[in-house]
Amino acid sequence: MNPDASTIAAGAPIEVDLSPIAEGQDIKVFWRGKPIYISHRTKKQIEEARAVNVASLPDPQTDEARVKSGHEQWLVVIGICTHLGCIPIAHEGSYDGFFCPCHGSVYDTSGRIRQGPAPSNLPVPPYQFVSDTKIQIG
Amino acid sequence: MSGPSDYQPSNPALQWIERRLPIFGLIHSSFVAYPTPRNLNYWWTFGAILSFMLGMQILTGVILAMHYTPNADLAFKSVELIVRDVNYGWLLRNMHAVGASMFFVAVYVHMFRGLYYGSYKEPREVLWILGVIIYLLMMATGFMGYVLPWGQMSFWGATVITNLFSAVPYVGDSIVTLLWGGYSVGNPTLNRFFSLHYLLPFVIAGVVVLHVWALHVAGQNNPDGVEPKTEKDTVPFTPHATIKDMFGVACFMLLYAWFIFYMPNYLGDADNYIPANPGVTPPHIVPEWYYLPFYAILRSIPNKLAGVIAMFGAIIILCFLPWLDAAKTKSSKYRPLAKQFFWIFVAVCILLGYLGAQPPEGIYVIAGRVLTVCYFAYFLIVLPLLARIEKPRPVPNSISDAVLAKTGSRSTPMVSTAIVLALAGSLFAGSIDSAKASEGSDTPPGNKWSFSGPFGTFDRGALQRGLKVYKEVCSSCHGLSYIAFRNLAEAGGPGYSVAQAAAFASEYKVKDGPNDAGDMFERPGRPADYFPSPFPNEQAARAANGGAAPPDLSLITKARSYKRGFPWFIFDVFTQYQEQGPDYVAALLQGYEEKVPEGVTIPEGSYYNKYFPGHAIKMPKPISDGQVTYDDGSPTTVAQYAKDVTTFLMWTAEPHMEARKSLGFQVFVFLIIFVGLMYFTKKKVWAASH
Repeated sequence: MNPDASTIAAGAPIEVDLSPIAEGQDIKVFWRGKPIYISHRTKKQIEEARAVNVASLPDPQTDEARVKSGHEQWLVVIGICTHLGCIPIAHEGSYDGFFCPCHGSVYDTSGRIRQGPAPSNLPVPPYQFVSDTKIQIG
Repeated sequence: MSGPSDYQPSNPALQWIERRLPIFGLIHSSFVAYPTPRNLNYWWTFGAILSFMLGMQILTGVILAMHYTPNADLAFKSVELIVRDVNYGWLLRNMHAVGASMFFVAVYVHMFRGLYYGSYKEPREVLWILGVIIYLLMMATGFMGYVLPWGQMSFWGATVITNLFSAVPYVGDSIVTLLWGGYSVGNPTLNRFFSLHYLLPFVIAGVVVLHVWALHVAGQNNPDGVEPKTEKDTVPFTPHATIKDMFGVACFMLLYAWFIFYMPNYLGDADNYIPANPGVTPPHIVPEWYYLPFYAILRSIPNKLAGVIAMFGAIIILCFLPWLDAAKTKSSKYRPLAKQFFWIFVAVCILLGYLGAQPPEGIYVIAGRVLTVCYFAYFLIVLPLLARIEKPRPVPNSISDAVLAKTGSRSTPMVSTAIVLALAGSLFAGSIDSAKASEGSDTPPGNKWSFSGPFGTFDRGALQRGLKVYKEVCSSCHGLSYIAFRNLAEAGGPGYSVAQAAAFASEYKVKDGPNDAGDMFERPGRPADYFPSPFPNEQAARAANGGAAPPDLSLITKARSYKRGFPWFIFDVFTQYQEQGPDYVAALLQGYEEKVPEGVTIPEGSYYNKYFPGHAIKMPKPISDGQVTYDDGSPTTVAQYAKDVTTFLMWTAEPHMEARKSLGFQVFVFLIIFVGLMYFTKKKVWAASH
């Protein structure tokens, strides 16, 4: 009952062009049927994400560990709430990050869980920069 | 099933079979001669009602499966086509969807009856555990069935429930991938759920056979909880139990038919009339009502794994009930304390169900935690403790003694009634508070619709005017893709002739092809064609409308709703109020205001609408006075337009509504006469036994 060959093949890596995304905006792409949020973070958002005392977080992780160095403005996360799989809404909630409408989990500008029933941070999918304005997810 | 039978058929052909397969003897000893306690009350007819419901579900389900397409792209449409085009498809679908709810109503009554009268106690432990297994199978079947229409609630319900398994340490994610057959809920998931939804009812039927077998070995429990001792304590199953069960089933069918014919969508969720969209989560995901108490338990625990364990634990704990409650007296009739706690437990379950439907915030979370503790405390603390400290009243020597004593005094359960009333009162008070707190958007005003109530019909004039409004105004952005031109000439619709519908169709250009040269071409519409959509796909619609795709209007009056709140949702069952959708649509069309109230900011490209959730709507004011001309002299005002187009959209959402209501009336006349006849037959049969 595991995924069949065509489903696995359709889950191959995808390339996303980042150049049309302005600062402060984000897009949602689908990879393996999962929504991936790609946010072009503002300076303020990055600072907010880095100013936090990491030890105080429910799932401690630094912002540096969640983005690629040299590309700090880009946050790439799987937009599936780690509680029960709803899709959080970007730019909502009290931490200017993501807010899940189902059971009220709030994520910050680094996609880390800050409030609510979700146990862990929004996962970062495997991806790398092929060029400065293009990433490959998968 | 209770030992070898000495039954011998008189017909030689039957004797020939009986010697080779003693099936008639088995039936005779199990369902004819089988001794049943003579003091059983009507709560004992729910076993028969459940068998009837299982039969109904399998019968309607097999026929529905002949018309259903288990494919993520086609499932939603195929269900709509069943309702619209299959002969009596609307009836089959309503019977099946409402049937699931009624099945659970009956199973909950059946389970609470077992709890109250101690039907799980020695020697009926295995019987009880088999029942819990049936209940678990029913929950799995019901859940997978709810996924099949592939609406928004189907999809997101499936996502949330399958994600429960991701809480399992280490192997959770692998289990979830295995359930999905992919990387997310999708077509493979729908296919396997369809397969299992078809399989599990037969597994249930198999376990039901074991359940009945165990029942016929141990014998039925009874309201006094004393085992039958002599022949005076029992009556033969046929005709006594048979006729009583038939009367019970007939009464239950009245309730069943009430929902099938008059409130088919009451027990469902409006969001499930929106096709599944993996990119948008509905603001408030609610499971079907029968899972709500367990959903409330899941949500009240802040830790994910612990929440999942508590939720499953709440059901599994029932298996241990025979050993948790060690009291010797079976029936709560003779247990003054257990009786009170039983009713408190019932109230706790109902309140948990109410909380499961509320958003997980504020007072609801705290109340959920308190009630979750109460739920488990009933099984783990109250019942074991009562077995030690309670002093039960003396039980009668035998069933016949109990029956004779029954003519005497009858105590009223004063305290428990008071508790239930107090709880209902506090629920009522709490909901008023919450209603005050959540004045996010205004409640649409009620309207007087020609199609409301048990004898409602569509106003033909309003349908024709509404079609004109749709064609001249709405159709430039909104599709109507489930309506074919032929529908305009069908009974219960706008009342056009076949020729008029054909003429109407020919005004449209429809894309067809490919022709012999391999090209697509345009031709005039035919009655069999569907209303063409204004945009080729959702992306085009989105791009042309500032990022918000105008929804298809075929189902809009069923896909929109607003919260009625307690206690209105209870009154609605009796008043048959189910026009939230039309009320909302009509209000929305009239809810535009130039002046934005203070404290509300409307983003660029959006408009203020009083009734739209969040108030910022992308659709500009669609219609103004005098925009569409009417030939029949009706006023050309926005109010009239709104009313007409809403009536028309109610028809597009349910073209067979008039057939549903008129058949409902006939069914009710029949059922009421049938119930009456059953009652007097039952009285006659039992005359000597009471």
